[in-house]
Amino acid sequence: MKPVVLLLGATSDMGRAVARAYAAQGHPLHLAARDAARLALDAEDLRLRSGVDVWTHPFDVLAEDAASIMTGLAPPPSIVICFVGMMGTDPQLIMRTNYTGPAMVLEAAADFLQRQGGGVLVGVSSVAGDRGRAGNYVYGSAKAGLTAYLSGLRARLHGSKVRVVTVKPGFVHTRMTEGMDLPKALTAQPDEVARAIMEALEQGRDVVYVRPVWRLIMTIIRLLPEPVFKRLRI
Amino acid sequence: MKLAGWGNFPRMSCRVATLGAADEAQSWLDQPPMIARGLGRSYGDAALQPNLTLLTRRLDHILAFDPVTGLLSCEAGVTLETILDVFLPRGWLPPVSPGTKFVTLGGMVAADVHGKNHHKAGSFGGHVRSLRLMLADGRVVECGPDVEPELFWATIGGMGLTGLILSVSFHLLPVHTAFIRSEVLCAPNLEAAFDAFEASAGWTYTVAWIDCLTGGRNLGRCLLTRGELAEPDELPPGLLPRRKRPKRVPVDLPNWVLNRWSMRAFNTLYYNMAPAKPRPAIMDLDSFFYPLDALLEWNRIYGRNGFTQYQCVLPKPAGREGLRHLLATIQKSGFGSFLAVLKLFGGHAGGCLSFPMEGYTLALDFPVRPPTLALLHELDAIVADHAGRLYLAKDARTTPGMLRKGYPRLVGFQHIRDQWGATGRMQSLLAERLDL
Ligand SMILES: Cc1cc2nc3c(=O)[nH]c(=O)nc-3n(C[C@H](O)[C@H](O)[C@H](O)COP(=O)(O)OP(=O)(O)OC[C@H]3O[C@@H](n4cnc5c(N)ncnc54)[C@H](O)[C@@H]3O)c2cc1C
Ligand SMILES: NC(=O)c1ccc[n+]([C@@H]2O[C@H](COP(=O)([O-])OP(=O)(O)OC[C@H]3O[C@@H](n4cnc5c(N)ncnc54)[C@H](OP(=O)(O)O)[C@@H]3O)[C@@H](O)[C@H]2O)c1
Repeated sequence: MKPVVLLLGATSDMGRAVARAYAAQGHPLHLAARDAARLALDAEDLRLRSGVDVWTHPFDVLAEDAASIMTGLAPPPSIVICFVGMMGTDPQLIMRTNYTGPAMVLEAAADFLQRQGGGVLVGVSSVAGDRGRAGNYVYGSAKAGLTAYLSGLRARLHGSKVRVVTVKPGFVHTRMTEGMDLPKALTAQPDEVARAIMEALEQGRDVVYVRPVWRLIMTIIRLLPEPVFKRLRI
Repeated sequence: MKLAGWGNFPRMSCRVATLGAADEAQSWLDQPPMIARGLGRSYGDAALQPNLTLLTRRLDHILAFDPVTGLLSCEAGVTLETILDVFLPRGWLPPVSPGTKFVTLGGMVAADVHGKNHHKAGSFGGHVRSLRLMLADGRVVECGPDVEPELFWATIGGMGLTGLILSVSFHLLPVHTAFIRSEVLCAPNLEAAFDAFEASAGWTYTVAWIDCLTGGRNLGRCLLTRGELAEPDELPPGLLPRRKRPKRVPVDLPNWVLNRWSMRAFNTLYYNMAPAKPRPAIMDLDSFFYPLDALLEWNRIYGRNGFTQYQCVLPKPAGREGLRHLLATIQKSGFGSFLAVLKLFGGHAGGCLSFPMEGYTLALDFPVRPPTLALLHELDAIVADHAGRLYLAKDARTTPGMLRKGYPRLVGFQHIRDQWGATGRMQSLLAERLDL
């Protein structure tokens, strides 16, 4: 049997694209998300498309017992990918949804994979976490927290059979960016994200920028001295 | 967001909402007028509404499939490409397919699309068992040939003007291979083309490329392609379905690329490839049904001004004479495109606003420029004189009068829209332009 995949935030546009890509290759899937009705539709769609086994699980990253998603999953997953995140106006909600929530669950997932003897853990963070910008620094700081968390976790698990991958998608055409005027050359489609994630897992990469140009852009942005950066308002 | 149809004319700033689920649509209903949009492969203004255009790209779930009967239910944003990807390997083919697979089921129903097999199978609507439709007031109704048939037949071919199609159930066709056995006939003039169509009536798929630039003795010369689904024993050994990577036309080409000389060069090329005698060939379905899909975004070769496709149908008795008149007019103008298609439709009934009727349909592209628009006006008059009509999924410029002459069931259609509360609410730019 192909490795079983667990998707956290499976009803996200990226999650759905990744689910379809894995299902097309015959991987059984656990889908976890908060909207049960949409989850059921997604699951049936995947079964009809690819004939794979799909199980659904209610999951809210903000719930007290969110990490309990990792107990009792049968068959046990060996690839865990977390898509949970949000933009918005409520700073506390943004921080909890993008950082503390996912980090706590990923911690449980890391322990789970370690006990199981191996696996891959993927966290979807953001280029917004590479430097705090005037426009979205609350979101950016939460993603920065997640990026740092993933980096530390990767170091901690180095030498074990558990790998940790950080994904920084850059702009992606999804529900989250609906109605924004995004530059075409810098904006990926969800199935590009899926391809990039699957490739990174095959090649054993640590950090993935979906469109490579983003690595260059963010390197430049990171290198700008603070006195210059604060004036740019980018 | 700037939106346009496939012809890039007209291009409009439209407020859009992407529907992720049926209930999300309900929250927009208090802001009419609005119209649904699938993949935007209609050519003109059918899927545009500046006030609110509802994108169905995320209504993309396959809902149910019965492997015994072939009955498939999908949300309306599921694309033909997806259906082919998922079901063709299992031996199931959509019963009707337009010339591109980059269309949604919603668009296929709303335009009641036809394929190369229209003379045998009719248009897509005839294969639909049921639809779920969201009305302008938020009610969701199920309709089909036996349930609310009036609403159903107004929605089939109704260009989105009765409501938002949420899901579609229709029958797939069992097939034994993913290949077509096809052959090409040369018809040196229009008369020969008509004869070739009549002689090919027994074939499942027929279509002709027609030369709109050459006049005189060779007016209306055609290459007629006819095909049948191939049986396994007809395939050469070792044949596997090929997957070609589509090429993309990278930028808007300058307008002069499409002047009449380049089009003429294209036509010459095409005819030189034609065999002298029909030689049967085995082609994969993609190359047979969707030759243009291999060139993604080929519409950009028309440049920024865009283009429009003129597709009309003339009833069979008067059609031959009418077609000759149309072709002579187009040929004299020299504006004709390289993309000209001729096909004989069968006599299947469709919806109130369905385009096909028994007779000859002609489709060709024109760059949008004042002289070509004037020519199209002339063509309208010829079409009307011969009791023909235009295809709304391709149109961007005709008049309310022309529409009314061609579609006798329009009054009934408007009545049904009134009755179900759609008038003025489910309203595209096309509907506004044509006084619907
Ligand atoms: C290269 C090419 C070849 C083609 N060949 C053919 C052909 O051979 N035969 C043929 O018949 N057509 C053909 N067409 C036209 C095309 O099949 C139709 O225009 C079809 O409607 C496009 O589907 P779409 O999903 O892109 O719809 P759109 O263009 O987005 O919309 C078309 C219409 O459908 C309505 N609509 C879309 N989704 C919904 C929904 N969910 N609910 C209600 N209304 C909806 C829209 O309001 C609009 O009126 C061709 C087009 C191209 C570009
Ligand atoms: N789009 C971009 O340009 C972009 C760029 C960089 C990074 N990202 C990141 O990529 C990830 C996926 O985003 P997307 O673009 O695919 O947008 P999306 O569809 O909005 O995905 C966000 C997902 O997070 C889920 N979520 C939010 N709060 C949750 C909670 N409390 N519990 C459980 N799930 C919750 C949402 O669940 P529901 O489905 O129930 O709403 C949704 O599935 C996010 O982490 C985002 O920050 C996106």
